[in-house]
Amino acid sequence: MSNLIKIENGIAAVATDDWSLVQLPETHVEERKQAGKVVLFKLTGESTVTEEQIANTVIPATGKVVVPLSVFVERNNELTERIAKGEVGVWLATHELLEYLIQQQANLNQLPIIAIFVERFADGRIFTRYGYKNELRAFGDVLRDQLFFLKRNGFTSFLIRKDRSAAEAIASLNDFSKPYQGAVDIPEPVFRRYHRGA
Amino acid sequence: MYKYDEIDQQIVDERVAQYRDQVRRYLAGELSEDEFRPLRLQNGLYIQRHAPMLRIAVPYGMLSSKQLRKLGDIAKKYDKGYGHFSTRQNLQLNWPKLEDTPDILAELATVQMHAIQTSGNCIRNITTDQFVGIAPDEVIDPRAMAEIIRQWSTFHPEFALLPRKFKIAVSGTKQDRAIVQAHDIGLEFYQDHHNRVAVRVWVGGGLGRTPILGSVIREHLEWQHALTYCEAIIRVYNLHGRRDNMFKARIKILTKALGINEFRNQVEAEWTYLKDGPNTITEAELARVAKHFEAMPYENLPAHDAGFDAAIASNPAFAAWVKRCVHAHRQPGYRAVTLSLKPHGKAPGDITSEQMWAVADLADEFSFGELRSSHEQNLILADVKLSDLFKLWEKARAQGLATPNIGLLTDIICCPGGDFCSLANAKSIPIAEAIQMKFDDLDYLHDIGDIELNISGCMNACGHHHVGHIGILGVDKDGSEWYQVTIGGKQGNDASLGTVIGPSFSAEEMPGVVEKLIEVYLRERTPEERFIDTVRRIGVPPFKAHVYAKDEVGA
Repeated sequence: MSNLIKIENGIAAVATDDWSLVQLPETHVEERKQAGKVVLFKLTGESTVTEEQIANTVIPATGKVVVPLSVFVERNNELTERIAKGEVGVWLATHELLEYLIQQQANLNQLPIIAIFVERFADGRIFTRYGYKNELRAFGDVLRDQLFFLKRNGFTSFLIRKDRSAAEAIASLNDFSKPYQGAVDIPEPVFRRYHRGA
Repeated sequence: MYKYDEIDQQIVDERVAQYRDQVRRYLAGELSEDEFRPLRLQNGLYIQRHAPMLRIAVPYGMLSSKQLRKLGDIAKKYDKGYGHFSTRQNLQLNWPKLEDTPDILAELATVQMHAIQTSGNCIRNITTDQFVGIAPDEVIDPRAMAEIIRQWSTFHPEFALLPRKFKIAVSGTKQDRAIVQAHDIGLEFYQDHHNRVAVRVWVGGGLGRTPILGSVIREHLEWQHALTYCEAIIRVYNLHGRRDNMFKARIKILTKALGINEFRNQVEAEWTYLKDGPNTITEAELARVAKHFEAMPYENLPAHDAGFDAAIASNPAFAAWVKRCVHAHRQPGYRAVTLSLKPHGKAPGDITSEQMWAVADLADEFSFGELRSSHEQNLILADVKLSDLFKLWEKARAQGLATPNIGLLTDIICCPGGDFCSLANAKSIPIAEAIQMKFDDLDYLHDIGDIELNISGCMNACGHHHVGHIGILGVDKDGSEWYQVTIGGKQGNDASLGTVIGPSFSAEEMPGVVEKLIEVYLRERTPEERFIDTVRRIGVPPFKAHVYAKDEVGA
């Protein structure tokens, strides 16, 4: 049973997942994902992913794959043909910056899917807007009570955490009918959408 | 005040339904403790020492009599018959049952109230000056903007899970009473030299463990851009604020780390994407909301009232109350009145259901059916006729709401502390009560004059102790409760943070310590000099010397 919810043409439904997620191999280097240091990464360009990990990542030879951002950037030559065929997507860790992707791939819309790994369910750094039209997927600690916010931030598909039901979670996409502020899904705030009397 | 239309009502109704289902799933074991925590917190529900604590939003402190009556009913039905006004102008219930909280929210929704975002790492209740709209020194009434900001921040999808809580204050007066410099964002509205409404934007202020006064990030912002500019600030914070250490997660730490200039550059860069976008406020929207805050239908009254003057002359107790609890009004013949929630020996900010009902009646009879809560934890009737003051005083006195101590030593600002709050290191209410009892002589209190005493039970500083003229902070030393004392803090345009006078004291010593501080002031003051001015003039050492003198307390 698929645990993927997809919004297509404004309608949300449980859908089959035709993308394979490519993971980085385990590393023994201590991970440094403290947000305080993310600022440092940005300033110094220091990477959280090792060259060895990138080199050792196994990319399936065929089929549609979503690869880690570092692999997409460092091993882009191997993927050129498949990117052109629309068989490659990219996933970003919570703290990774979109700018890094754009340096490699100026036209984001050449990617059929971008996925964002939601690291802890309470982490909101993922909620940032992207000027991007294709599938934007949340995966990781994705739970129903965050779906409404994720949708409003432009996410169009949601891989619900394995131990929870996508069929139940789907209802929460419609928790509120007329949100106040403009966001990605509905850019205009309520005062521009409705005539509100005095 | 602002009244909901169908859209506002639908949002709070849908919130009740959403929250009810979240509680159901939690009780059914479908949501773990960790998963439920941010959900309940965003709804103002803490799990505390004795029971959950529910914090109900009072947007920028405005309440109708109908709402207060309902709050009294709720406190009676679901709690122990009283509530507590907090330093964010909200009302807290200390003893509700978790299972009842969905029903409480449903009842609140019937009077256009809610508990949305009163806690959690999101944008909290917008606060302002309790004399908003009526203060003689007000340049701009910021309530319409506060309401527009409230709506924009409600369930803002991008800012639902910030690194830490986020507090916004608005102000439109010459003399700041909203402590804009102690907020994550402070919006100071003023009239620019083209006579247009503009905003001076402060950022990165906050009390808590690391008290920092804010910096001006933008001197002049046209009001239309208030939302998009806040969005740019909070987006930069959301991306780069620390999430690894909750004690370093507030925006003030980020602005300090980057420096205000670098932070400003990043915000301005982000703002270029948002400026003039859909969230730009329209003239029509401002006009729509501002209609709700038009002046009350005042009578044309003379500036003086003979009956009032006679009562002042003949009744010293009434005169003392007028001196402390009655405030200037821009409309001739009207005054604002503070109902003191600081009777001596009671927990500051506490109010019973009976008192809530009585205040609702007073608001209906004397003040157009509206009232305000203040961050000093009192209630205000904003529009009372001079000729009604005596009658109001008698009725308020009968309810124990007319202690003439506003702005005096016993008008203590105090968090719930260790009696209720699970974060606290130490109790705060018993300290407040002991100090109030020590200074129970009203003549002595009036002689001491204007002074602000703030008590926080821990460094989270809900009692704003850093900006108290005297600040008391509960600290934990080897498992027992101690109190650290600061002096010289101040809110307002010339805000300052207090200085620690020395080693901390036991609870029993605290009333004596305050007395010693007052003794130094009374000895050293020049005529007309307030406590804070004396501290600023002579510095901390004379106070310290007297408090810690041998054979005396704290030696």
